[in-house]
Amino acid sequence: MDRSTPLARFWDEFRTNRVALVALGVVLLISALAIAAPLISPQNPYDLANLVLMDARRPPGFVGSKGFTHWLGTDAQGRDLLSAILYGLRISIQIGLIAGAIAFALGATLGTFAAFLGGRIEALIMRIIDLQLSFPAILLALVLAALLGQGKWPLITALVTAQYAYFARTAHGAASTERSKDYVDAALSTPLKASRVVFRHILPNCLPPLIVVATVQVANSIALEATLSFLGLGLPVTEPSLGMLISNGFQYMLSGRYWISIYPGVALIILIVAINLVGDQVRDQLNPRLKR
Amino acid sequence: MSETRALVEIDSVSKRFTPSVSIGERIAAWLGSPIDTRTVHAVDAVSFDIRKGEVLGLVGESGCGKSTLGRVIAGIHPPSNGSAMIDGLAVMGSGSKPLKTTTRIQMVFQDPFASLDPRVRIGETISEGPLAHQLVSRADARAYVTRWLLAVGLPAEAAERFPHQFSGGQRQRVAIARALAMQPDVLVCDEPVASLDVSIQAQIINLFLKLRRELGLTMLFISHDLGVVRHISDRVAIMYLGRIVELGPTPAIFANPRHPYTRALLDSVPKLVTGSDELVTFKPIQGELPSPLSPPSGCHFHLRCPFAQARCSTEPPQLDGRHHAVSCHFPLSDGE
Repeated sequence: MDRSTPLARFWDEFRTNRVALVALGVVLLISALAIAAPLISPQNPYDLANLVLMDARRPPGFVGSKGFTHWLGTDAQGRDLLSAILYGLRISIQIGLIAGAIAFALGATLGTFAAFLGGRIEALIMRIIDLQLSFPAILLALVLAALLGQGKWPLITALVTAQYAYFARTAHGAASTERSKDYVDAALSTPLKASRVVFRHILPNCLPPLIVVATVQVANSIALEATLSFLGLGLPVTEPSLGMLISNGFQYMLSGRYWISIYPGVALIILIVAINLVGDQVRDQLNPRLKR
Repeated sequence: MSETRALVEIDSVSKRFTPSVSIGERIAAWLGSPIDTRTVHAVDAVSFDIRKGEVLGLVGESGCGKSTLGRVIAGIHPPSNGSAMIDGLAVMGSGSKPLKTTTRIQMVFQDPFASLDPRVRIGETISEGPLAHQLVSRADARAYVTRWLLAVGLPAEAAERFPHQFSGGQRQRVAIARALAMQPDVLVCDEPVASLDVSIQAQIINLFLKLRRELGLTMLFISHDLGVVRHISDRVAIMYLGRIVELGPTPAIFANPRHPYTRALLDSVPKLVTGSDELVTFKPIQGELPSPLSPPSGCHFHLRCPFAQARCSTEPPQLDGRHHAVSCHFPLSDGE
C-alpha cells in the first residue's frame, strides 16, 4: 500500500525542475513582499500628505527631502517608486487572485453541470461559452470596464466575465469524460442528488486540468488588469496598480525619465513569467500524455 | 406466473440509443450531406419477472445489451419503452428524475477500479447514500459503515482509506458493501467477477451466496460466464442481440437447452475430457454478432443458426412457454 499522499508525490516531482522551483520561489517572494508592503516600504504612496512634489521625477538613488533614498526613483507626484511598486503588486495580485477564484468557481460549476445534464441545456451553455471565447478577452473586458466604471469590484466583474469561459470549457471537457465513468452511474443508481454528484464526485475529479488553467489565468488576469489600468479603465489614480504606474510614466519615457515606466513594467514581467513557469510545470505534471 | 409473487417486473422494456445531432450536423444535413442518425437497439422489448428471493442469471455475448438492461433496471437509464417495476412501482419515471423506489434496487458494477470514486474515502462512499436517504443518522454512520464492511469481509479500518489502497477483490467488496448499505430488495450485479482473478472470483461468488442466505437478497446476476451463472442462479435468461431467447430454471437450461443459440453457447464452453486420447473439438458459433445498428430481420439469430429456415428470416419468434420459455420457431426437442 502506498502511504505517501498524492500531494507529497506531486511535490517530489515538482522539485526536480529547478526552473520551476526558482519561479515558485520568486512568486512566493513577490507575494510576501506585496503582503508586507505597508511594513517594509519606505513611504505610503497612497497618503497624499506624504508626497513631496519637490521630489517628483527624481532618478534612482536620489536622496529625498524626507531623508531616505529613492532606490528606484520617484514618479510625477513625487511617489517613491519602490513603495508604489510594492503597493501596486499588492493590488495586482489581490485582484488577480480574487478574479481568478470567482472565474474558477463560476466556470467550473457551469462546465460540470453542463456536462452532467447534457442535452439542450448543455448545448445552450456551451454555445454561449464558445461564442464568448471567439471574442478576444481584452475586448470584452474593455467594454465591460467602460460600462461599469472605475473601482475594484467593477474591474473584478470585467475580469471574471472575460475569463470564466476558459474554466467552463476545460471543466466541461474533463467532466464529460468523468460523466461516463461507473462511479457516476453508481451515484445515480443510489440515487444521489444532482448537486451532490456534481460537487462531491465529478468536480474533484476534474481538478487537475482546472488547476493548470487557474495558474495561467491568474497570470492572465494580472496582465489584463494592468492593461485596463494602463488604458485608464482600471483603478482610480489614488490607488495605482502596476498598469497605472506604467501608464503614468509613459509620457516621460522620451524625456529620459525611463524609470517611472520601466521598473513597474519589470516587476509585472517578473511576476507573470514566474507564475507561467510554475504553471507550465504543473501542467506537465498533471497531464499524463506529456509524461515521459 | 408462480406461487411466489414477482418482486421485479420487466414489462417489454426497450432501450434505444439515438446519436445526438448537433447544430453543425443539422446544417450539413440541410445542405444535403448525409448524417448518421442510425439508432442502436440495445434492448428490444424484453419482459421477465424476478421472484422474491430468487437469483436470475442473465447470460449473453459481449454487446448483446445485457449491461444496458441491467442499468435500466437499476434506474440509471430511463427505458425508451416499457417499464421496469418493483412491487408495482416504476424504478424510474418517464423523465430523468430518479424516484425513491430506485433505492430499492442497487447495482454492483463490473470494474471496481471505475465504480468507486478515487477521491472519496471508503467510509464516505458507503455512508453517503444511506445518509442522503435517512437510512442512518449522522451520529450512527460510523458504526453503520463498520457493520457493512465486516459483512463483506473487510476490516473496520478500511473506512479511512482510499480506493487506490485496495486490490481489485477488496474494491469489489467495497462496491458490494456500498450497494447493500442502501438495504435494497434487489441487487443487480453486472459481471461482478469478470474483471477479477480466478481465485478472487470464487471468493466473491461465495460472498454473494453467503449474503443471499443471510439477507434473503433477490438478485439479477449478469454474466457471460456460464459456469458462474450455473453456480449461483435459480433461473437463467439467455439474451441475444437485445432479446431474451430462452428463459428457464437453471438445471433445465443446462441439461436441455431448447434454443439453438443456447445449445451453441453451451457447446462452446471448453471442457476437460478424461479417459480419451481423442482431440476434443469445439463447435464455435458461426459468424460474428450482428451489429445492433441494423439487426437482422425476423429471428435475430437466423444468420448464424444451423437450423434456420425461410420463416426465420421474416417472422420474429415470440418468447413462449410457462416454465421453460423459448423464442424459436423450431425449438430443439427435449432429450435431443
